[in-house]
Amino acid sequence: MSDLDTFRMETREWLEANCPAEMREPVRDEDDVYWGGRNATFKNDAQKAWFEAAVEKGYTVPAWPKEYGGAGLSPAEAKVLREEMARIGARPPLSSFGIWMLGPALLHFGTEGQKKRFLNEIARGEIRWCQGYSEPGSGSDLVSLQTFGEDKGDHWVVNGQKIWTSYADKADWIFCLVRTDKENKYQGITFMLYDMASEGVSTKPILLISGSSPFCETFFDDVKVPKSYGEDVPAYVGEVNRGWDVAKYLLGHEREMISGADGGNTGTIGAAMSRSADEIDPVLRAELAMFDVDALAYGAMGEKFLDEIKVGKAHPAQPNMMKYAGTELNKRRHELMMSAGGSRNLEWESDETSGGKPSRNWLRTKANSIEGGTSEVMLNVISKRILDLPGA
Amino acid sequence: MPLYHDEDQAMLAETASQFMAEEGSIQKQLRHWRDRDCKDGFGHGLWEQMAELGFTGILIDEDNGGLGMGHVEAGIVLEEIGRNLTPSPFLTTSVLAATALGNGSDDIKGRYLPGIVEGKAVYAVAIDEGAKHNPSRIKTRAEKSGNGFKLSGQKDFVIHGASADMLVVAARTSGADDDEDGITLFAVPKDAAGMSHDAVRLVDSSMATHTKFDGVELDGDAVIGEVDGGREILNKVLNAGRIGAAAEGVGVARGAMDMTVDYIKQRKQFGKLIGEFQALQHRASHLYSEVEIARAVVIKAQQLLDGDSEKAELMISAAKAKVAKAAGLAVREGVQMHGGIGMTDEYDIGLYMKRDRALQEFLGDVYYHANRVATLSGY
Repeated sequence: MSDLDTFRMETREWLEANCPAEMREPVRDEDDVYWGGRNATFKNDAQKAWFEAAVEKGYTVPAWPKEYGGAGLSPAEAKVLREEMARIGARPPLSSFGIWMLGPALLHFGTEGQKKRFLNEIARGEIRWCQGYSEPGSGSDLVSLQTFGEDKGDHWVVNGQKIWTSYADKADWIFCLVRTDKENKYQGITFMLYDMASEGVSTKPILLISGSSPFCETFFDDVKVPKSYGEDVPAYVGEVNRGWDVAKYLLGHEREMISGADGGNTGTIGAAMSRSADEIDPVLRAELAMFDVDALAYGAMGEKFLDEIKVGKAHPAQPNMMKYAGTELNKRRHELMMSAGGSRNLEWESDETSGGKPSRNWLRTKANSIEGGTSEVMLNVISKRILDLPGA
Repeated sequence: MPLYHDEDQAMLAETASQFMAEEGSIQKQLRHWRDRDCKDGFGHGLWEQMAELGFTGILIDEDNGGLGMGHVEAGIVLEEIGRNLTPSPFLTTSVLAATALGNGSDDIKGRYLPGIVEGKAVYAVAIDEGAKHNPSRIKTRAEKSGNGFKLSGQKDFVIHGASADMLVVAARTSGADDDEDGITLFAVPKDAAGMSHDAVRLVDSSMATHTKFDGVELDGDAVIGEVDGGREILNKVLNAGRIGAAAEGVGVARGAMDMTVDYIKQRKQFGKLIGEFQALQHRASHLYSEVEIARAVVIKAQQLLDGDSEKAELMISAAKAKVAKAAGLAVREGVQMHGGIGMTDEYDIGLYMKRDRALQEFLGDVYYHANRVATLSGY
């Protein structure tokens, strides 16, 4: 038996012993997701037990090194763990922007001191992070951001406003892009880390067309951000004024995630829609079939993309293509699901629709091609970096 | 298996790419034979050259002189054929006929496979009976006669029908027209009495026939596989041909796309390169995405077919349909972005549009295969 087979057996046993049955059900609503943080509470004992077992094993961040709270798994082992979790439908023990966004940035750009402190906190779900990128005037044109940190020697005084800050009202800390040099567009941004409880930070939720939202407006009014949190723990990632490099690196991650390149969200819908609908119009059936063709093809693309990334064969701008195609496909998916569901799916508040899930999800997907860089921006990037079109 | 070419496959791709760009180019092959009104629509010299490189026997096992490779490898050659619009009997002979014959008796194999390996023989496959692909209905009949059969009926869209040394014909030996069972495949030699071809040149300047069988007498040894048991082989032939046509379609799409992207980088209007205009950039980038996704589903389907997976059929239909969408977009955007010059015979972009049209129709168009995706998915 190969080492990997042994690992699979052990993983299977460990999951069997540690992942409670309640944690093997699909995520139905917000409560089912554990985000960690200072004020976190568990929905039930099963959620708590699953989380604590995962932390102890390093399985909240299995591929991170052990000294930073991970399990130090190789890519092949991490894949086995993912497969085994998928096999039993295990929920992620912890969801967090720290894991998805800040962690990869710190692993790549962080100092040893930052890694020891922040990565361990993230892995143990102690601090809940939010991401401060977009501003009212700077969406896809992110580099035009205006939030300014004035250099006061051992600290900055930050003033400005962020928007679309997911869960800012629930987050403990923020990783935030702040302009520290007004003369230099690209090389005048610093990637700062600071406490949301700092004086001068306030948040306001934004109600969306889907009737709810994780998004907030976030305001900074003379917020004092120290330049260091101790020896070898600067309050910024990378170098001062070079935060754009970090931001770009992270946007790549975010696009892969939103695109569903990780294998999620690439499924066909025709069979399920036809089963659940009272009657399927032949023209709708044809549209569903055409959609399924695209979904099957996109699923293959996602697989190919991941295979190619592993061996460095993928074009560096390929995540932009995946994001573009994946989000457009997902919008189409929900349009068709609304059509197939008929009037039932219009119900905004009913038990049958679990509180209007179909229509709220449908509306939510409209943001897919806006957040993390709009489809138009993705097409610009493809034009410039892959097709090498003039002046793009 | 990862969804990219391994080292051996990458080497084959390099060989095929070089050879097809040099020897199979539009100027040397498609335009050359078209402008001479060639009755075959392709050059036999190139076919022999392809044999020297081993291409023609890619899907034929080593015992019969072939390379014993799979659909990924056949697809590599087909993609380069598509990219250069190279007219050749590769798809009909090395993919469709070779698959049918490979499922026949040793006698059948011995009689017909060497001709493919040597690049001497051209075989056609006669399946369709009407203007739209519908292999679940087969009316052409072969009735028992002596120790052989008497074949009657008509086949349409028989590519290379008149040039072929032998036709693989799907006929009914029992049951009703729409029955699944009762199909038999026959190897019908070129000079069989009672067979007549109405040859027509198609839009892509390839040659096809309406072929009539008027009581064609066949010996028992013309049967490929089992009498009444031909449906299974026919399905294998269709799988091979469809994923092959999809691979060639990806080549057509990439050829048209590359030509178009190059063009908008050079053509000036209003004092600017037209490739600087965002309206064109976005369309080109969208096209790129579609073509990349089509490539992915093609290699996925090829690997599933080579691995004998039960998911292969669904993915083959998804691939054939997706390629039709992507390649169709590539040639339409190609002609439009070339502007007036794209409408001229002198420029090659229109040739891509014509070839795509013919390939789309071959073995089921986008609607046929999208419908099949739905049916195979249970709706």
